[in-house]
Amino acid sequence: MPDIAPRTRTAFPLPLLYAAAFVVIGLALLVYGATTTALIPPAKVLLALTGLGLLMNGAARLGKAWAGPDFDIVFWFAAAWLVLLGLAALLAPWLPLAEERDVAATVTEPVFETPTFTGAHPLGTNGFGLDLLARSLHGARSSLLISLSAVLVGTVVGGAIGLVAGYLRKTLDRAVGLATNSLLAVPPLILLIALATVLEPSLRNVALSLALLTVPSMVRLSRATTMAYTNREFVVAARAMGAKRSRIMLRELLPNVLLPITSLAIVMISVLIVAEASLSFLGLGIQPPEPTWGNMIAEGEGRVFKEHPHIVLVPGAFLFLTVFAFNIVGEKARRRWDPRSVKL
Amino acid sequence: MSLATVRRLALGAAELVGVLLIVSIGVFSLVVLLPGDPAVAILGPGHPPSAYAELRQELGLDDPLLTRYLHWLGGVLQGDLGRSIVPPQGEVSSRLVSALPVSAEIAVLGLLIALVIAVPLAMWSAYREGGVVDRIISAGTFGVLSVPSFLAGLLLIWLMVNSLGWFPRSEWVRLSEGDLLGNLHHAFLPALTVALVELAMFTRVLRGDLIVTLREDYILAARAKGMAPLRILVADALRPSSFSLVTLLGLSLGRLIGSTVIVEYLFSLPGMGSLVVNAASQGDYPVVQGAVLVIAFIYVVINAGIDFSYGHLDPRTRRVHA
Repeated sequence: MPDIAPRTRTAFPLPLLYAAAFVVIGLALLVYGATTTALIPPAKVLLALTGLGLLMNGAARLGKAWAGPDFDIVFWFAAAWLVLLGLAALLAPWLPLAEERDVAATVTEPVFETPTFTGAHPLGTNGFGLDLLARSLHGARSSLLISLSAVLVGTVVGGAIGLVAGYLRKTLDRAVGLATNSLLAVPPLILLIALATVLEPSLRNVALSLALLTVPSMVRLSRATTMAYTNREFVVAARAMGAKRSRIMLRELLPNVLLPITSLAIVMISVLIVAEASLSFLGLGIQPPEPTWGNMIAEGEGRVFKEHPHIVLVPGAFLFLTVFAFNIVGEKARRRWDPRSVKL
Repeated sequence: MSLATVRRLALGAAELVGVLLIVSIGVFSLVVLLPGDPAVAILGPGHPPSAYAELRQELGLDDPLLTRYLHWLGGVLQGDLGRSIVPPQGEVSSRLVSALPVSAEIAVLGLLIALVIAVPLAMWSAYREGGVVDRIISAGTFGVLSVPSFLAGLLLIWLMVNSLGWFPRSEWVRLSEGDLLGNLHHAFLPALTVALVELAMFTRVLRGDLIVTLREDYILAARAKGMAPLRILVADALRPSSFSLVTLLGLSLGRLIGSTVIVEYLFSLPGMGSLVVNAASQGDYPVVQGAVLVIAFIYVVINAGIDFSYGHLDPRTRRVHA
């Protein structure tokens, strides 16, 4: 007989009141710290961070009271950021944003305006008076478009190759293995740079290069998972009943391979976002005037960053938050769908 | 050496050669993907057609692809990686030879810094599992993993060079100039940038393994005997917990090379990274080909070495083959 202590319920859940107060005060501090002009920057940052901490703490308590102790506030914040960013990126051309590309249209705009989170340029402007919020959102557009399509192509191609090779084995498997090892023999960024040397830096070419980067690890995971399932009872039963090889692969193996592959794909998205940003930062990816986070950060090289840190910090924050959010979501997916740790 | 070991070595070597051959084919076929005529790229526009034809003849561009590949591969095997097509058109191999030590120094120094910081952090974190320090370290390392190295480098420059003025920005001092201190002073910040991601990775992996080890009975026995926590961690727990870390060292090599490339570009160091990035932006394909080939060679050989030495480090994997 397990020891069950009777739960005493207070008439009024006082901790919840604290939690709600935390959320309200935290939000107030965050907004005040971000928008005030009365304080010096370090004090503003400190205030905003304190506010953020309080907000997270309060929201976590509220969430736990509402949805149970497994409630993961960071995950929900990450998911909310991704949804918001995705929507904003999708709708960027139709949102009332200032000019992000055409320097001729911004002759009269202030240059290097610092972010105030209010007014016409909430996140400030760059050296040409282009609006950083608009540029960051349009950058998110190309960054997300490139990495999502690259992951999709890489996962489909790599997953299919791995499945077929893992099921049919023999010469095909050996050839696929050698090709995979050869692709993995070149460090990822070096492969990208080598391809950038000869390819035109268009959206399509960058996405294809990144897709090529995802293929080998997808092949490995898909092949290994397929092999682990090939001798399971339901596959043997299907074979004994005379199912064709294509049917076994599509109806028996594919559903089982799909989940681990999807969780690797989510992790891969953040890897590819970083790779794309690195390439643009090096000047080998999407070229200006088309804004991307990488080439926006590259604008801050040298003296500019020293005098106007927001040129780097604004796109840097977008990049960090997005990569962080995909990592959090990916980690959660991996824990749920793939107990074996996946080595990239 | 037993027969099985020899057989394993031979198979590994054969696979290694196969992979390198395929990589060399891939690297060579970059030229095929190249838009436009290399002869025009070298001479520049505005020459009579005969000049282009002559250069094409001289470079062997009119030969069939297989002949060109074999010719190129023959040169590579003799250490001749061709000449750069962008002035000054120096030999690729001599440029690589002067760039390689810089990159190697940054990478090795970065790895050392990462280890020196990660091991105590992981020990502290694992010893106080679930405590405030552990939570801060875990959250911090997870955050660091989401910072791309070029961003981390820029932030470090902002903090250490511009605001605090502790480190110089550029002007690399070569080790061969004998000024070790000056060299280290310049190399530290780039190496720290490279170290950051690795540091986070190492801390997380070592922490996980240490937590498992600390639950073992012999640790409990050591504790019961009244040994100091630090002694238990360093002398008893660290070695059996470090196998995943050793594996990770090999896996992190590719990422390390990648971040070294970016960091060199950022700090304008005269290493492989700057070489390959500048060559790539000028379309100087012979330099890119040479650099990729050399990097891939180093990468594959080190990885094979780690795979092989793993059996010597971990007795449990040895018994399987015996």
